[in-house]
Amino acid sequence: MNALRTTALALWILLLALPAAAVIETYEFSEPELEKRYRQLSQELRCPKCQNQNIADSNAPISQDLRRLLHQQLEAGASDGEILEYMVARYGEFVRYRPAFNAATAILWLAPVLLLLGGAAGLLMLLRGRKQSPATLDSNDQARLTALLKTAEKDA
Amino acid sequence: MAPRLKLFLPLILFVVLAAFLFRGLSLDPTALPSALIDRPLPDFQLTGLADDRPLTRADVIGEAALFNVWATWCISCRVEHPYLQQLADSGVPIYGINYKDEDEAARRWLRDLGDPYLVNIVDREGTLGVDLGVYGAPETYLVDAEGVIRYRHVGVIDERVWRDTLEPLWREILALETMP
Amino acid sequence: MIPEFGHFALILAFCLSVLLCTVPLWGAWRGNATAMALAPNLAIGILVFAAISFACLSWAFMQDDFSVEVVANNSNSLLPWYYKFSAVWGNHEGSLLLWILTLAMWTCAVAVFSPQLPLLMLSRVLAVMGFVGVGFMAFSLFTSNPFARLLPGTPVDGQDLNPLLQDFGLIIHPPLLYMGYVGFSVAFAFAIAALLGGRLDAAWARWSRPWTNVAWAFLTLGIMLGSWWAYYELGWGGWWFWDPVENASFMPWLAGTALIHSLAATEKRGLFKSWTVLLAIFAFSLSLLGTFLVRSGVLTSVHAFATDPARGLFILVFLGIVVGGSLILYALRAPAVSSRVGFAWLSRESLLLVNNVVFLVATLTVLFGTLFPLLMDALGQGKYSVGPPYFNAVFVPLMALLMPFMGIGPVSRWKQDSTSRWRAELLVPAIATLVCALTLPLLHDGDYNLWVALAILLAGWVVFGMLRDLANRVRNASSIGAGLRRLALSYWGMFVAHIGFAVTVIGVVVTSQFNIEHDLKMTPGTSDTIAGYEFRFLDVRGVQGPNFVADEARFIVYRDGREVVRLAPQKRRYLASGDVMTEAAIDDGFFRDLFVAMGEPVGTDGAWAIRLHYKPFVRWMWGGSVLMALGGFVTVADKRYRRQRSAARDALLQGGVRGAQA
Repeated sequence: MNALRTTALALWILLLALPAAAVIETYEFSEPELEKRYRQLSQELRCPKCQNQNIADSNAPISQDLRRLLHQQLEAGASDGEILEYMVARYGEFVRYRPAFNAATAILWLAPVLLLLGGAAGLLMLLRGRKQSPATLDSNDQARLTALLKTAEKDA
Repeated sequence: MAPRLKLFLPLILFVVLAAFLFRGLSLDPTALPSALIDRPLPDFQLTGLADDRPLTRADVIGEAALFNVWATWCISCRVEHPYLQQLADSGVPIYGINYKDEDEAARRWLRDLGDPYLVNIVDREGTLGVDLGVYGAPETYLVDAEGVIRYRHVGVIDERVWRDTLEPLWREILALETMP
Repeated sequence: MIPEFGHFALILAFCLSVLLCTVPLWGAWRGNATAMALAPNLAIGILVFAAISFACLSWAFMQDDFSVEVVANNSNSLLPWYYKFSAVWGNHEGSLLLWILTLAMWTCAVAVFSPQLPLLMLSRVLAVMGFVGVGFMAFSLFTSNPFARLLPGTPVDGQDLNPLLQDFGLIIHPPLLYMGYVGFSVAFAFAIAALLGGRLDAAWARWSRPWTNVAWAFLTLGIMLGSWWAYYELGWGGWWFWDPVENASFMPWLAGTALIHSLAATEKRGLFKSWTVLLAIFAFSLSLLGTFLVRSGVLTSVHAFATDPARGLFILVFLGIVVGGSLILYALRAPAVSSRVGFAWLSRESLLLVNNVVFLVATLTVLFGTLFPLLMDALGQGKYSVGPPYFNAVFVPLMALLMPFMGIGPVSRWKQDSTSRWRAELLVPAIATLVCALTLPLLHDGDYNLWVALAILLAGWVVFGMLRDLANRVRNASSIGAGLRRLALSYWGMFVAHIGFAVTVIGVVVTSQFNIEHDLKMTPGTSDTIAGYEFRFLDVRGVQGPNFVADEARFIVYRDGREVVRLAPQKRRYLASGDVMTEAAIDDGFFRDLFVAMGEPVGTDGAWAIRLHYKPFVRWMWGGSVLMALGGFVTVADKRYRRQRSAARDALLQGGVRGAQA
């Protein structure tokens, strides 16, 4: 049974992992600003059926539908927030390549900042610690380093 | 922290990571649960396939049922069709949502292969499909008597899927329904 | 017969690898020189058999032996010969064999090019690499045998290579990428050998540094080619998608970048030893993790191989043994007390540490973002996607933070420096870059773009800082030429790599900001103008390729009424698979690319959906990466790596043996 599932999964992925032809939509926009937003949003929305593609690049039928919807909603004057809300209500948080900032995703958005602060703190601690310590080489290392440098010089 | 203990930190982090990766092996990253679980079936104003009669949400709720999204262009739908017929014969109410299809082809399909559906909702433009968060046929929704979506299955329903996943949920919904 | 022969050769290579990871280690433990001396010979033997095995698989592909399953699934008799050859690694099984071959090459290279290395150290290094080889060969033999036959039931013809992979870029991209990925196993092996011996010193850093630089340079080239390929082959005009598979190659690169800088401090000043060892383990662990991510199916990716959880489990167990084992060793053996070598706040050491912090944070951020969907799913928190908007938002500021320090780094001194000296040194570069940042964006028609100005400011800071340092170094020479010649190659390596980084930054920012894309419906005879270039659509005609048929559109591009170039994008249908593929037509230039791709025919009047792109400075991105890689390669030729001979070897062998007995 498990083997069957595995094979089916493998086959499925094989079939889907072929982004083949370029997707080019020729929607007309009443304002250039809308086209810009269309481009941006279609790149930030994930195709629910594909392997890992935004709806702008995917030629799955569902992506075509979502692009058409996106175009309609933009022309109807919907804001970015409203459009995203509309999509998320139907397809889940999964469709957002830019996860919303909320309790569940706070750690994702804060991680880089926390890591950087942690790194900076570690760096400062290390530097402070160093300042007090005597500025001498580990005697063992010093000897080996000198030996190496000497041979290198000799060879040169 | 003792200096030596600090050196164990990378190891600990790796063990945590490895545990997650191991868990990940038994997860299916492509499985996407519906965003409408425990939400009401969306409203719609469409027509019936058989007689072009207007249909709305109110016409199809009232008892627990399966809503099956299908189309004649969908090869897997043909695969699951006989099993749906079997389910319908055993008394499971099934509504069809004929998704982005041609009416005539759909009618012919039902004539030739049999009609397991109580009623077929014609969703020619896929608007109901979008409201349901459908991303490909076949998909099947479990809807309770209140018209609340309880589960979505993406892909073919066969005996195994029904027995292992859908039937237990189905029984649960029915049991809740009969409770006072 | 030939495929069985290849299978047998792989089994022999596996057996030799088992010997390589046991006998020399035993020798090192018992002080048995004969057992240790076996290591280089075993390494050569492994390479011979791995190469035979690879040659046999290649032969099966070239001869259209469709009784071999991978050939039947990934090749076709109509394929041109060079794609038949590259199809060898255009699939999971074959690419794994390429990985094994690459590892065997690196192992053999260490065995052959390390005469200065003490036998004790060499035997340990090779043994560790042998162990990695055992894991991958077992993976291949037990879960992904490339020589499996389809008997009976041999198909008449193969199912063809994925058309996306039928491309020059894909012939060389995987081998280069694997040279990088696998190359980090050398740095890893040196780190583990040093931990086993209990000796982490400047000599260790000196031995391991050139290998690490080369691996890093290969990885840089590999990633760059992947990006270039995505740009011209996918027909989207994009060049980096932050896909898990891309991230899988990018994370070792980021960690490797931290490592090569940390190694510099360890070699020159004997500093940060534990840290450098940890980074070496980390970089290679990320290579292994990448393999796991690409081949296990735990994440979804457009580029993934046909995945299989059973294979995933195998790699995960192997990952656990290698990484877990080395981290345990690290925790037990790494020096817990930081060395007492002193340096001041303002010093090159501090700046290298800043580099390390930024690159480590970048690595961990990419790692966390890539795995976040998996973590949330495993915790039952639902399905999330983390994509380009997230990664760009966090990665770009990190790099921007790095670059101010990067400008100071090369002019700064080891041990101690002062702000007054920095001020004096960097005043001219600061003014120069400020002038550039204020004026250069004005050359672009339209609004003054702040992002581009910022990019020029930062990149200019790095470049002018580098130039200032170069000027300082040649100032005392009799002539500029003599001064330049006197500079060490390792210095030139850094110089070129840093300039390359700045060039890449300019390319990325300018092309992102000033890129113009037009998607429109065009009928033959009409034209469209973007950025002053008029694209005239002549006609569409049918053309026939070796294994495909195509519609080819013909465009002539004019600028100011003069013809610039003729472009002919294609929409291909591959005969064997029926796959439809876009072949974009690109006119590349130093300052701009013009890009035309065909979509679908629209309506009945012969119109097509057409994508026109104007991409300024897009070549700078890859050009800069080539410079970075060049810098990495150049350092290896530095004479201090070439001229360490027997004297050092004898001296260190003594010390090494003592270390082993301790």
